Amino acid sequence: MRRLCVALGAIALAVSAFAAEIPPSDRRSGYDFMSRETRAMQDDDTANPGMLSVLEGGTLWTRKAGGAGKACADCHGDARTSMKGVAARHPSFDAARGRPVNLEQRINACRVDRQGTPPLAYESRELLALSAYVARQSRGRPIEIAVDARTQPFLDAGRATFHRRQGQLNLSCSQCHDDQWGRSLAGNTIPQAHPTGYPIYRLEWQAVGSLQRRLRNCFVGLRAEAYEYGAPELVDLELFLMWRARGMTFEAPAVRP
Amino acid sequence: MANVLINVPRQAKRGEVIEIKTLVSHPMETGYRRDQLGREMPRDIVRRFVCTYNGTEVFRADLHPAISANPFIVFSTVATESGTLTFRWTGDNGFSMTESAAITVD
Ligand code: HEC
Ligand code: HEC
Repeated sequence: MRRLCVALGAIALAVSAFAAEIPPSDRRSGYDFMSRETRAMQDDDTANPGMLSVLEGGTLWTRKAGGAGKACADCHGDARTSMKGVAARHPSFDAARGRPVNLEQRINACRVDRQGTPPLAYESRELLALSAYVARQSRGRPIEIAVDARTQPFLDAGRATFHRRQGQLNLSCSQCHDDQWGRSLAGNTIPQAHPTGYPIYRLEWQAVGSLQRRLRNCFVGLRAEAYEYGAPELVDLELFLMWRARGMTFEAPAVRP
Repeated sequence: MANVLINVPRQAKRGEVIEIKTLVSHPMETGYRRDQLGREMPRDIVRRFVCTYNGTEVFRADLHPAISANPFIVFSTVATESGTLTFRWTGDNGFSMTESAAITVD
């Protein structure tokens, strides 16, 4: 009997390793798993601490920088129109680099190529502020990730990372986020891992952080070595997660526990 | 760069109780943590928040190290007359922020 139980357990795990994708009608933003109080914090622009970062980003948007003496606004004008929907379709393919780039990398490309300034460090206050400001302009828009022959291999690589067992715990992302969402892990509810609101204000961090910071947290949770910020593997994973959340409503800057 | 978000009703009836929400960007470093090299991180917090209504103090709070980063303070007062609400945060390392909002009372 005992042996049978073990065998059944093994089968259950084997099955879950090939979890099916969550059907569109069952997809939920991390927002839906939060307490009423945390949702209220996200919903009120004067209570959502992520808006402080957006405010700062708005100031940086019009500040001239670099040898060219140009501000973002000098080329892009009013972000409310020029940046609408932009975050909701990143990562997107960058012809010059021959691969998808995320929003932070896109902003840094403009810093370097167009403004003639050094790139901003990942998770620096300024880069988070600019990306929060740009992302805010996509609030309420559907996530739209274009997949074509050029992006397909990167999407596949991201999907493979999501399904690969890794770390000392030998778990895949999918085993929690496709199979066990809605259930508790210690004090937390396991969400479906849809990146609908990045950069987010995370209460645990007491700060704003990027999607890559969140992903690195989950790698550490698996006791796996986290990829460096900006690593192609992380960008591919972002691409896959955004594609997996396609059609969902963008809600940056979100608040998360 | 310190930022502030304030939510005050633009208009109110005389005698009405109004709710005021304030959010200030501040790390609220407790002074009890150490950095990755084991060095003590000095305390850096907002010590005091004061709200004055046409010059009269209507609300005051003392803040302490256990309060979260970016303190969110919500309080209420009675709308007495048209004028200005002034908000002032002061704290360690000479931190000082002032912001104001106008209100019309009829
Ligand atoms: C053992 C279960 C588990 C595994 C495995 C896991 N995560 Fe998570 N993940 C969580 C939990 C729990 C949270 C919510 C964290 C919280 O609220 O503290 C989370 C949060 C997230 C979020 C944030 C979702 C939101 O609403 O903003 C993303 C994205 C994510 N995980 C991606 C991943 C990726 C990618 C992997 C694989 C490298 C992974 N996770 C592996 C448990 C897991
Ligand atoms: C000198 C002009 C110039 C400046 C200054 C500039 N950009 Fe750009 N930016 C461009 C051009 C041109 C493109 C589109 C071409 C490309 O893909 O490189 C672009 C593309 C972008 C995109 C992607 C838009 C999309 O539709 O996918 C983002 C985001 C962006 N810029 C953000 C910024 C930010 C933030 C700043 C300030 C830090 C900035 N840019 C400064 C010229 C500029």
